[in-house]
Amino acid sequence: MPALLRELGVSMHGAVTALGAYALFAARLLAGTPRALLRPRLVIEQVHNAGALSLVIVMLSGLFVGMVLGLQGFDLLERFGSEESLGTAAALGLLKELGPVITALLFAGRAGTALASELGLMRATDQIAAMEMMAVDPVRRVVLPRFLGGVISMPLLAAVFSMIGLFGAQLVGVQLMGVDQGQFWSQMRATVELGDVMEGVVKSCVFGVACSLVAVYEGFHSAPTAEGVGRATTRTVVISSVLVLLLDYLLTAALL
Amino acid sequence: MRQTRAIELGTGLFVLLGFAALFFLVTQITNREFGLGDAGFRVTASFEQVGGLKPGAPVSMSGVTIGRVERIEYDFSQYKARVTMRIDRRYDRIPEDSDAAIYTAGLLGGQYIGIGPGGSETFLADGDHMEFTQSAIVLENLISKFLFSRAAEQGADGAQETP
Repeated sequence: MPALLRELGVSMHGAVTALGAYALFAARLLAGTPRALLRPRLVIEQVHNAGALSLVIVMLSGLFVGMVLGLQGFDLLERFGSEESLGTAAALGLLKELGPVITALLFAGRAGTALASELGLMRATDQIAAMEMMAVDPVRRVVLPRFLGGVISMPLLAAVFSMIGLFGAQLVGVQLMGVDQGQFWSQMRATVELGDVMEGVVKSCVFGVACSLVAVYEGFHSAPTAEGVGRATTRTVVISSVLVLLLDYLLTAALL
Repeated sequence: MRQTRAIELGTGLFVLLGFAALFFLVTQITNREFGLGDAGFRVTASFEQVGGLKPGAPVSMSGVTIGRVERIEYDFSQYKARVTMRIDRRYDRIPEDSDAAIYTAGLLGGQYIGIGPGGSETFLADGDHMEFTQSAIVLENLISKFLFSRAAEQGADGAQETP
């Protein structure tokens, strides 16, 4: 029994320490942000890496998620005889939940792992140590642009996802299942409010910060071995995914 | 150099697409009317019961949306709900004695105000108050009235059958 308690104490201690390390790292990134934005070239490069290169997978996923939503939504709403509400259902579902959450999960898988393994490999091949030797702050030079690139990309990716998803839902609902096109759009316009769009934007911004922070932290603090890089990449996906779903609940409860 | 140009182009296109998507979501999906702004005039009406009417609900004449509900508040001088509507400036020929009623769009839809034209020669202007109103129908009241009347009928029948 005392052994079990000690175990528990040690793991609690570890969790609190990790949380503190995350917070300090986040504060360090935040402090460097204004200066990094003054030299936007590095950030632009990372927006390209994190955002533009994730665009295809996000658009493809958005299309299929929207199409499934059109199909499932139609099946569900038809049972109540209100299939004209399909536009509303699809728009609200995409804007408030599916857009931000699925984009964040894809983002963690596509961009987060790339960031973590890149930084981890830099650590393993002593590039980060070399920068420190040359009195170049690796956080400011390497980590911060990657973090900001992710933060900027995520809301834009989520918006693209929602828009493509809506067209996917429209494609299935209107062209395939025969919902009236005018009803689809007009019902949606009458019901969806600016606050619903904003909820999605706020969520995707928060998810962007969370996913990027996890990726750069895990990559930057990975053990300098091949195994360490692998573990950092895995941890990035696991922590980001769980964190996104947890934050999603909290944000939904706060914004509703 | 060539590579950086390609990166910049790709990033630019991505950012452009992202903002275009955001713009599309804000303007095309919501019912926000940009440019209408403050144009239009306000009229008020008092209702016994506004039911589920909300600010932003449409005000319509013969099904054509001519304005929106701006504010709903309680008026202690009359003990009624006071609804302020903003009517688009184009519709400045609504007779003064028109009536305002609260309807429900569809069985489960949102509520809106329908205006039926009166016969007066003078028209509604900014700050006017509409005299003739019809309250929202509260479904529960309707059902309870129906049930009570049924119960009363059955009670009367039952009394006759069992002496």
